[in-house]
Amino acid sequence: MDSEPSSRRELLKGGALAVGAAAAGASVSKTALAQTPAAAPALPSYAVNEAPEIPVSPDVIAYGVRSHYVKSLRIQEDGRAPGTTARYNDFGLTLHIQTPLQDSIGTIQASSLHYCATTKGAFVPDIDPAQHTLLIDGLVDRPRIFTMADLRRFPSVTRFHFIECIANSASVTHVNVQQSHGTCSNAEWTGVLLSTLLKECGLQDKATWFVAEGAEEVKGASTMPINKAMNDVIVAYGMNGEPLRPQNGFPVRLVVPGFEGIFNTKWLRHIKAVDQYQLNMNDFGHIRRDETSAALGYTWGPKSIITFPSGRQKLPERGWYEITGLAWSGNGAVRKVEVSTDGGQTWNDAELKGIPLPKAHTRFGLMWNWDGDEHVIMSRTTDEIGVVQPTREQVAKVLGLPYSPQFRPPGTNNTIMPWKIARDGSVTNGIA
Amino acid sequence: MGSLRIVPILLLLASPALAQTYSIGRAPTAAELAQSITLSPTGEGLPPGHGSAAEGAVLYTQKNCVVCHGPAGVGGVTSAPNLIGNKGTGPGDDAWKRVRGGEADGALPILAPNATIVWDYINRGMPLGNEGSLTPNEVYALTAYLFVLNKMIPEDQVLDQNNLAQVKMPIGTDWVRPPDWKPGAPRMAGYPY
Repeated sequence: MDSEPSSRRELLKGGALAVGAAAAGASVSKTALAQTPAAAPALPSYAVNEAPEIPVSPDVIAYGVRSHYVKSLRIQEDGRAPGTTARYNDFGLTLHIQTPLQDSIGTIQASSLHYCATTKGAFVPDIDPAQHTLLIDGLVDRPRIFTMADLRRFPSVTRFHFIECIANSASVTHVNVQQSHGTCSNAEWTGVLLSTLLKECGLQDKATWFVAEGAEEVKGASTMPINKAMNDVIVAYGMNGEPLRPQNGFPVRLVVPGFEGIFNTKWLRHIKAVDQYQLNMNDFGHIRRDETSAALGYTWGPKSIITFPSGRQKLPERGWYEITGLAWSGNGAVRKVEVSTDGGQTWNDAELKGIPLPKAHTRFGLMWNWDGDEHVIMSRTTDEIGVVQPTREQVAKVLGLPYSPQFRPPGTNNTIMPWKIARDGSVTNGIA
Repeated sequence: MGSLRIVPILLLLASPALAQTYSIGRAPTAAELAQSITLSPTGEGLPPGHGSAAEGAVLYTQKNCVVCHGPAGVGGVTSAPNLIGNKGTGPGDDAWKRVRGGEADGALPILAPNATIVWDYINRGMPLGNEGSLTPNEVYALTAYLFVLNKMIPEDQVLDQNNLAQVKMPIGTDWVRPPDWKPGAPRMAGYPY
């Protein structure tokens, strides 16, 4: 990597200043062409208008499908292979389905690829929106029942937010970014602010907490602070331009930006304003003995991950690549992302793609000329309140815990993920 | 200068978004409100009913609890937690050392800070595959059975909507609730990351 210091520095400067993207792109393709004439694929033998045709059917016209050349799929967490349907319904087991971040483009996950989690096997309730209602009661002057049509009459918001399961915790055994970080997704959510509904119901001053309950088989319920409800919680019915998918809470769910995944109550049917911490079924899982574990298991700090090049991917040859990935924080917007290609000894500012939004994924990129040597690459982000994403070692040290590659940070794991690039260009888990 | 500062405040107060309601939705009926299953740790929200450990022991087999959780709450399938704590000898034990795996994997009656959580958990989540099918009396009985197995109440005590919340839990006050949440504040005071 030190063989071409001047050109690399120029590119890094371009990335840091977020200028000259087109120029950098041009120089990259020029370089790539110059270096790889032999590797370029042959031109198609058919003329432009003679490509094979995708069969047209009423279904394809009515609701589009992706190219059959695009193979990106979700997987079941814990390495259970896709396609083994029997295991999806394993007796009593929770089901976590991970999004293929290694293939992700831009900042949102397609609804069909968004991560999801259920409490029992593959159970997803099949709810008729015409029959479904949301009850708001408790410490309000006017308890109300809202139909799904009622909810659409209120002023709406459309916001991008990530949702991330507390199980999204990279470990030394994960082989790719789907396993290590795929229990997190970002989408465009549309709905009505919970604060709007609580004001409609005449929320009383003595309310300090609220309980949100879903309509699934166990009626999962969580207790959350009322000041969160009045800040940015969305009662969402839309996702990425269409109604929510059933796995993501159809017909209505909570989006609780920055809070651990399970709080984002799906299939929402009941909100109750209360004056004490209620300790419902889902809250039992958050009970801890010490304040550190309780606090760190509640919300997400700043986090980022390189999605290319990442585990199981391969750089075909030395030369220019855009190292790219995603950054987010439960504290607010991402302010900065840095990338290291030398195992964290030196850091370079990455280019942020677009305007970072609060509690949402931001894509970053940094042009890098791979010299064919071994490298450990990693990213770290700093959020708008100035918190910096830590290394695994830093977390162990500040909590006074022993460090080993098997170390599992307590609570929501927002540590830096290293990827190791070998001389043959193959990428593996770099946790050491 | 002082009056200029007041202007934006007055504008805010005049803004329809702040105070307006839209008269959308309808008031729930008393029957609809009564369907709520949300419980307070004080017992508020519990339906009337009663049950004993003897009744619970019968239900434990009848309702197939035993298939997952094992005879008398131990030795069930791997994915189902034990329902009695290790070395459950009575009050004064360290609750956190009495559970398998610690924290969320622990035996529910041992780590639940309130008896109402145990009732709520059974009422919402059990039995697997037929959730929500138990009557209030059955939930009181199964809760009493678990409490007797864990030596938390006398064997002949009948639990009902009035005395359930009074049961002393093994964990006592040895647990913490989530931290206060404020917009723009870090996850935990003093934690740098």
